[in-house]
Amino acid sequence: MLASIPTEHGLYLAAALFILGLIGVLVRRNLIFMLLSLEIMLNATGLAFIVAGARWGEAEGQIMFMLILTLAAAEAAVALALILLVYRRFGTLDADRLSRMRG
Amino acid sequence: MEITFYIAAIIAVVSTAMVITRLNAIHALLYLIVSLLAVALIFFLLGAPFAAALEVIIYAGAIMVLFVFVMMMLNLGEEAVAQENRWLTPSMWIGPGILSFVLLIELVYLLVAESSALSSTKMIPPQQVGITLFGPYLLAVELAAMLLLAGLVGAYHLGREEPEEES
Repeated sequence: MLASIPTEHGLYLAAALFILGLIGVLVRRNLIFMLLSLEIMLNATGLAFIVAGARWGEAEGQIMFMLILTLAAAEAAVALALILLVYRRFGTLDADRLSRMRG
Repeated sequence: MEITFYIAAIIAVVSTAMVITRLNAIHALLYLIVSLLAVALIFFLLGAPFAAALEVIIYAGAIMVLFVFVMMMLNLGEEAVAQENRWLTPSMWIGPGILSFVLLIELVYLLVAESSALSSTKMIPPQQVGITLFGPYLLAVELAAMLLLAGLVGAYHLGREEPEEES
């Protein structure tokens, strides 16, 4: 019933998603989009763990995915609160304009 | 059966590419939810139904709703769209794009050199995951609980309204 997917194809997909997220972090200058790209990269890492867990038929891949999920939830909550704080204080989400602030 | 994996993979890559090129944040968020659902389908195909359910419930459900709430609170205007439009000109991202492509080619070459195909994917039931999670990895569960508590307290502290400054 289950498909027999080559391990390297799953890893190709994870690498492609990770590189797309990395391009997003490098190109976009809006803090919201940079955070979205970070979520893409975390998700790609989880996919790589699941693929590796399926390769050896062990549950550890899903355990690591769950830990990554917890990390992503905590990181999203704190980073979104920080974004709200920055927008309230500086009135912009432009990372370039924020990099010029002093002290 | 294998064709579903490749269709889902193409959907995931295309929607993720749309996420990082959209100017409107809500459009990008919708594409990201499509991408997460495609990845959840791939988890199911790989014999990890519990991880697929968690992906849909927590990632596509809870975390994305958090993003929607914050975007509604921010209410970004036309100026942000114009600013991002200037940044997305090809001269700005063609250099990192070429470098990333070279890295991708290197990675593909390394993976092809050591090829190992799955003969048959084995389903890992949620019961086995739970037994493993609360057996050898109990300390990791406790640490995750403390991390979530720290995230909750930190987000509340950062997100609260500023008190009036004493003059």
